[in-house]
Amino acid sequence: MSLELKNVEKKAGLDTHIYPTSLKLEKNTINVLLGSTLAGKTTLMQIMAGLDKPTSGEIWFNGQNVTNMKVQKRNCSMVYQQFINYPNFTVFENIASPLKITGVSSAEVKQRVGKVAELLKLSAMLNKKPDELSGGQQQRTALARALVKDSDLILLDEPLANLDFKLREELREELPKLFENRDCIVVYATTEPSDALMIGGNTATLLKGKVIQYGKTLDVYSKPENLVSAKVFSDPPMNIAEIKKNGDICKLIDNNVQWKSSIKIKDGTYKIGIRPHNITTYKEGNNSIEINGKVLISELSGSESLIHFTNGNLNWVSLSNGIQQKNIGDETKLFMNVDEFLYFDQNNRLVNNG
Amino acid sequence: MNKTINQKAWYFVIPVFVLVAFNAAVPLMTVVNYSFQETFGNNVFTWEGTRWFKQILQSDRFHAALGRQAMFTSIILLIQIPLGIGIALTMPKKGWGVPVCLILMSMPLLIPWNVVGAMWNIFALPDIGFLGHTLNAIGFDYNFTQQPGDAWFTTILMDVWHWTSLVVLLSYAGLNSIQPAYYQAAEIDGASRWAIFRYIELPKMKKVLTLAILLRFMDSFMIYTEPFVLTGGGPGNTTAFLSIDLVKMALGQFDLGPAAAMSLIYFFIVLLLCWVFYSLMMRNEEKS
Repeated sequence: MSLELKNVEKKAGLDTHIYPTSLKLEKNTINVLLGSTLAGKTTLMQIMAGLDKPTSGEIWFNGQNVTNMKVQKRNCSMVYQQFINYPNFTVFENIASPLKITGVSSAEVKQRVGKVAELLKLSAMLNKKPDELSGGQQQRTALARALVKDSDLILLDEPLANLDFKLREELREELPKLFENRDCIVVYATTEPSDALMIGGNTATLLKGKVIQYGKTLDVYSKPENLVSAKVFSDPPMNIAEIKKNGDICKLIDNNVQWKSSIKIKDGTYKIGIRPHNITTYKEGNNSIEINGKVLISELSGSESLIHFTNGNLNWVSLSNGIQQKNIGDETKLFMNVDEFLYFDQNNRLVNNG
Repeated sequence: MNKTINQKAWYFVIPVFVLVAFNAAVPLMTVVNYSFQETFGNNVFTWEGTRWFKQILQSDRFHAALGRQAMFTSIILLIQIPLGIGIALTMPKKGWGVPVCLILMSMPLLIPWNVVGAMWNIFALPDIGFLGHTLNAIGFDYNFTQQPGDAWFTTILMDVWHWTSLVVLLSYAGLNSIQPAYYQAAEIDGASRWAIFRYIELPKMKKVLTLAILLRFMDSFMIYTEPFVLTGGGPGNTTAFLSIDLVKMALGQFDLGPAAAMSLIYFFIVLLLCWVFYSLMMRNEEKS
């Protein structure tokens, strides 16, 4: 089983919502579409589901061209950011609704709904109406509806975005388990890099209607093909600075910070990307260099401290463990972990690959 | 906690209190005053107790008017609510058609009530009116000024023309507040058009429909101007609804006492029905 998009493009009037995209999703995988709002995640999902037709290009499922096949015939299910349930059905009737249309016997409906409800911890609420449930339970009901059908394709469009923090964490942990041992392809859209990392599987980074990179989530994270992909997959935002390499000495163009690097690339100017957690108030790794800065803002979350500072003409973001108390305007010294730097050439392509 | 107690805030209520007293309480009390007394002018009143109330409640005339009123309200609700929902469902949701439809729909609501009556009167005249003349020309024996059935038909048609738009606009607003994701989810489930209407659109429209039914019920139950201009309650008394009958009694026959008693009974019926209606709907609301 596989879902393949071949040169799929979507235009609406003069706007291009999806630039020609080719993507192959394999059976038994969870695939994360990662990108900010308006990146084209929802459009891409609707094209995958058959709710929307591409302007050009084809969609193949299991070696069959399904581009013009109606959504009802495709055996897919979808969960939305809003909690979409039938308002005057009970939880049981809601979960059972996709089965009833396909004409499954009532005994089997009961058994399958019971099983899914247990998996999603809804057993005690089967006789309630959606209005009587909390947001988390409403979304669990919507998830159960998607799971009960044994779909070939399950699409989750930012399913956790409208939940409060605690419920989001809870459901996010459960999600990958729900899709284990299921004969289906799962697509999960999110704006949060941390969601992608926790869910694992594969990730496609998206920006403004283009798929930038697709691969194993950890690969995309640690070896972004280019600067755009790295930026999409970094929260807080990645620090980017220009450097000059001369022999084994690298130097920030903006100031005097310099370090030795064994990276085998030609001399010249490059860009480096440094994730915020690789700039810390304490030394980390064997190879760290100092950078001085003036504190702009410091945000404490308890377990982590986010310190924004200026150095030269650039604004930097650092993320350290624990509480690092800094006052606005303080001159401070931080450490950058040189081994974790990502080097990009003038065309923004990653050069220290592998 | 120390609460500051300042009774001066009551002064702010005084203007509203005075206003309400003059436009609601005082006129109403005048009616109450009339309803218990008999007068022959010169400001001389004699106490009659509940005589007028008993007389009205036992009179065939009142029963007949109330029956006509109930019949009229039921018919127009049965036509306007489904028709209004139906039109709202077929209206476009985007593009240039939206403002066009909305303006067309609002038109009848903007026309003054007596103008609507006069318009339909001329429109339906059997000899020169477009509707009346056409109906006769194609073989119907139509004359709303003489035949009760035709008078009812014309009155109902006029009310449907005048007020269905209100139901349409409310339903349309309700339909537009449904997120597109609901339709997509139903499409993925493979739900039929009827199922989408029954299980998504109707429950989501429930609140505005409740409002529409309540408004249309009250308005039609108190209808006066349009049938007064169109048929004047005739032929005979066949389209004399409660308010028309009331005005005949008060201003035509100058029976101030019975008319005042009838106004109060009329008022309590409307109030009671609205209360019953409202509490029934609120109970449903709590249940779901």
